[in-house]
Amino acid sequence: MISVADIFASAVTLSLGILSLSFLITIYRIIKGPTLPDRILGLDMLVAIAIGFIAVIGIKTGYTLYVDVAIALGLVGFLATVAFARFVLSRGKTEDDLITEARQAASASRREAREASTTRPGLKDGAGMQAAADKISGRQDNE
Amino acid sequence: MNEVATLISAALLVIGSFFALVASIGLLRLPDVYTRMHAASKAGTMGSCLMLIALAIHATDVGTMSRALAGVVFFLLTAPVSTHLLAKAAYAVGYRLHSSSVMDDMEPKEQG
Repeated sequence: MISVADIFASAVTLSLGILSLSFLITIYRIIKGPTLPDRILGLDMLVAIAIGFIAVIGIKTGYTLYVDVAIALGLVGFLATVAFARFVLSRGKTEDDLITEARQAASASRREAREASTTRPGLKDGAGMQAAADKISGRQDNE
Repeated sequence: MNEVATLISAALLVIGSFFALVASIGLLRLPDVYTRMHAASKAGTMGSCLMLIALAIHATDVGTMSRALAGVVFFLLTAPVSTHLLAKAAYAVGYRLHSSSVMDDMEPKEQG
């Protein structure tokens, strides 16, 4: 006959394992996540899973002070998500916009350099291209 | 009575962690940020709330129980707010819906 304590211990172990798996899956989404809101959402999900972890560990150890930690973590996670949402709103650009801008800036500076090298015959062609390359790399560093 | 409470608490623990797993699988598999939000917000909140309720059932004193339930209420109140704010921000900035989406109620109406 299986005792209640055995069932409870195995349930705690099982839920710890499942929570670890979902933690890993969420971290994979944060690393891979193509956009910034995906990563913020993954952070929110990590906080939720961590609260679950704290509840399970509080049950396992019988140390009930962990409940306060869970409440505080929920507050911090809420504030972090709200602040990140404000940041997304104030940045005002998606990743696609940023890539498009960088491409346009690079092609504009390349065109500038080509015009400079054709209109000024005294300047050697290689020097003009070198200046253009410097300009492009400098601009990409800024972004 | 005590054994019944322990068994209910164990069942809630396993169900809650299963909800968390479902939420993270949804986060992994769904196509765009809005559908992922739907998975993470609802199933994720459900999972952690169920585990906090399991702690409240398993606790022996009233203080721990009430604090765990207060945590549940707090989490239920804040999770939709934060996710809704994130969705509004992402939509306002211009993150597009996935091409398989069939409906967009917030797109600006055409004239005429």
